[in-house]
Amino acid sequence: MTPTITFELNGKPTSVPIESDTPLLYVLRNQLGIKGPRFGCGLGQCGACTVLINGVAARSCSVPAEGAAATQVTTLEGLASRGPRTQALEARHVVQQAFIDEQAAQCGYCLNGWIMTAVALLEADPEADDARIRGALSDLKCRCGAHVSILRAVKRAAVLWRKVRK
Amino acid sequence: MSPSSPAGGFWTRRDFLGVAGGLVVLFSAPPSLRAQAPVTPDWKESIPADRVDSWLALLDDGRVVAAVGKIEAGMGVSTAFVQIVADELRVDMECVVLVMGDTASTVDQRGTGSSNGIVEGGSALRKAAAAAHHHLLGLAAEQLGVGVEALAVNAGVVTTTLRPGVGVTYAQLVKGRKLELALPKGVETKSPEHYRYVGKPVPRIDIPPKVHGSYEYLVDFVLPAMVHARVVRPPQAGATLLGVPPDFSSPGLIEVVTQGNFVAVVCEQEFQAVRAARSLVPRWSTPAPRFPGSYGELYTHLAAGNPGVSESADTVGSVDEGLQASARVLQARYEFPFQSHACMGPGCGVAEVKEDSATVWMGGQKPYSLRRAVAKLLGLKPGRVRVVWMAGPGSYGMNDADDAAMDAAFLSARVRRPVRVQYSREEGTAWDPKGPPLVVTMRGGLSTTGAVTAFDYEARGFSGRLRASSTEEPGDSLLGQMLGGWKAKSTDRFQFSTETYRFPAKRLTSHLLPWDHALPTGLRTAHLRDPDGMATCFASECFVDELAAAAGMDPVQFRIQYLSDQRDRDIVHAAASRAGWESRPSPNPAPGSAATRRGRGIAYAPRNGTTVAIVTEVAVDTTTGRVRVERFVVAHDCGFVINPASLQGTIEANLIQGLSRALHEAVAFTSTAVTSTDWLSYPILDMTEVPQAIDIEIVNNRPDRPSTGAGEPATRPIAASIGNAIYDALGVRVRRIPFTPESILNQLKPTPSA
Ligand code: FES
Ligand code: FES
Repeated sequence: MTPTITFELNGKPTSVPIESDTPLLYVLRNQLGIKGPRFGCGLGQCGACTVLINGVAARSCSVPAEGAAATQVTTLEGLASRGPRTQALEARHVVQQAFIDEQAAQCGYCLNGWIMTAVALLEADPEADDARIRGALSDLKCRCGAHVSILRAVKRAAVLWRKVRK
Repeated sequence: MSPSSPAGGFWTRRDFLGVAGGLVVLFSAPPSLRAQAPVTPDWKESIPADRVDSWLALLDDGRVVAAVGKIEAGMGVSTAFVQIVADELRVDMECVVLVMGDTASTVDQRGTGSSNGIVEGGSALRKAAAAAHHHLLGLAAEQLGVGVEALAVNAGVVTTTLRPGVGVTYAQLVKGRKLELALPKGVETKSPEHYRYVGKPVPRIDIPPKVHGSYEYLVDFVLPAMVHARVVRPPQAGATLLGVPPDFSSPGLIEVVTQGNFVAVVCEQEFQAVRAARSLVPRWSTPAPRFPGSYGELYTHLAAGNPGVSESADTVGSVDEGLQASARVLQARYEFPFQSHACMGPGCGVAEVKEDSATVWMGGQKPYSLRRAVAKLLGLKPGRVRVVWMAGPGSYGMNDADDAAMDAAFLSARVRRPVRVQYSREEGTAWDPKGPPLVVTMRGGLSTTGAVTAFDYEARGFSGRLRASSTEEPGDSLLGQMLGGWKAKSTDRFQFSTETYRFPAKRLTSHLLPWDHALPTGLRTAHLRDPDGMATCFASECFVDELAAAAGMDPVQFRIQYLSDQRDRDIVHAAASRAGWESRPSPNPAPGSAATRRGRGIAYAPRNGTTVAIVTEVAVDTTTGRVRVERFVVAHDCGFVINPASLQGTIEANLIQGLSRALHEAVAFTSTAVTSTDWLSYPILDMTEVPQAIDIEIVNNRPDRPSTGAGEPATRPIAASIGNAIYDALGVRVRRIPFTPESILNQLKPTPSA
């Protein structure tokens, strides 16, 4: 019998049957229709599959789905409700807004990793400066070389974040 | 399309069959049309390019469908298309829905490559939209009973000053009538001073959905009853398959598919396929080594081996006599390695092959040629094959996307289910077609006064197009090569630099050595962003710097003195003045402390009508050998810019990817296998290495200049510019890419005295 795990996915209680040892990434994408986290390496080296587990950035390709049992998982799709949000008409997570403001993408395949890691960083360190931001993002990959706009976006997000928090 | 997208959108309905006759044709709905859909689809072999209705359709709800044979590679070209159509048709961008790269519904524009998206796709759409606009004005004039000259269009509503308050929408005009219209030869397009979107920094339409996770990538695509496959590669290059264990079993396994040297597992669930591929151990032969054992051996082979074909270009005067008559002769050898596309997501392809038809969803740049290859592979007529592009990760040329699509088609035909193939990271890095290596021997002569007397460029490489720049034949794909029995449509592509220096004697020669035995391996070669451009420019532009240094001249002045093309002189000048270039010869007389030495370098290159110059400022740590680029200054002339915001992003990304290639990237191999298999063994640039400053100067951005493309040109001069800056900082030349700490430290070692 296939075991079932229960966890909170983007605020919603979720139960899903899993084959043991299947990484969380595959369960999210193929069984739960969550497409924000993407497969880039399956080795924990690129960050494309990043989700937040209990608020900590985790590489879902390298976390067995069992490991997510009884946790709170947030994906790119759940950021807007997690907040902090912009006040604009179409309320977005401030990090997502900053990425749009800075036009921070080429193909965008890597974006999930940068956005999710930036959220985890700014939740822990809203005062992060250039060096701390670069350091926190240093083990993410972007093959297109969109780093310049991504760095601008995360810095802008830090500013927006401090504003909404005030 | 997503109704919430701020501007424009993408047609993601998979039942969309095109804009034939100005009507949007849906495959499954509405029912009236569905009834007409034949059981066996016979998709059009080609969509006529000379019909307006091949490019555009007007929907009843006021939306405009624009169909183009190009694809979005991540640089924002889809937004440019929407800008152009909205401008010419005088509608809001929000009303334009885009369809790209579907063989059944878009004109065959030979796919996307060589930075031609805007050049070809944009101009075709502009003409079609302008023609549609004129046609609609004619209809409106009739309906409103006034002359065309009394009409104005705003946001898709036609009004006339003669009858205030009366207006008619495009949708009302075409209602019940097909927009069947031949594309007239000379069609009058909107005058640039009236552009509402074109030339403006309009936000990219693809970015909000990408940021929200709602942009549909190929990897997200799911078909009912779809199964999952993984390919199993031989451990050694050129190994032949001896067999697979007959009793192999694994959870969810549908079939172990083998043919020739191709092995794949097909399973019900994706991770089951990953597991099965890991646990299946086929028996392989132990082949003779196919590769040189090291880069040293490779470069020696290139420098000394017999070329299959050679060609000379740009021959002026007699180089040999010029060199003989020189007071000083300089000679240097430049070396450039194999590089991987190493796309962010390894190859993916989805295919549904039925008895007598096939549909393939692919993420590569050239769906039309792939259709021919799939048709041949499956023995179907091209009209029975539909290839649909969906967004992949950035592809940068001929990456592994076509290979994955071919695998999917083959496997779907074998198991008669829709199949999704996802490559592993190892396949994405070790098995993609590689950017080719190059060895260039440069020779130059100087007179007693430091004037250049002769310039000789001699490149020796493998054909950059052993794999054609598109997948035309099954043999062009890794699948065809593994199956055996298919021939690759390889083409020779000579490797010349493109600079426009005029010297009294000048010769460019390119020799191509055979490399066919690398075809079914991870060192087969193909186009990688700006094919050969970075390598050829690295040699010629660094050597020009060597000549300038030997002549005791400032590198910028030296270039301007010898460049024959005014635009090239201007671009070098523009970069230097934006950079605050201090006129002096290299090396830097005051490079800073012994531990950290600073320098600046310049390089320039033209590419297909675009010309780019880059000034690089570096700091080199002499104890670790680490090179840090502190600042890039780019002068970029690609003529009229459709979207300055996208252009900035594209240039920045070229710089960063180019910096990564110059500092870090060389595919590692042994004599029997590629050993770069992941991000640890094929490192790329990380965020801590991104320069603190990037200044971009856009030159000649005027509507009277043709738009000449920007997807690749800024890649070309990067390695040379960095190399020249390293020389300025250290006073030593590093002539091998990548500029790793080891290679810098090697150069800094005191030369053992003879
Ligand atoms: S896919 Fe998980 S880190 Fe790369
Ligand atoms: S934008 Fe393409 S990989 Fe980052």
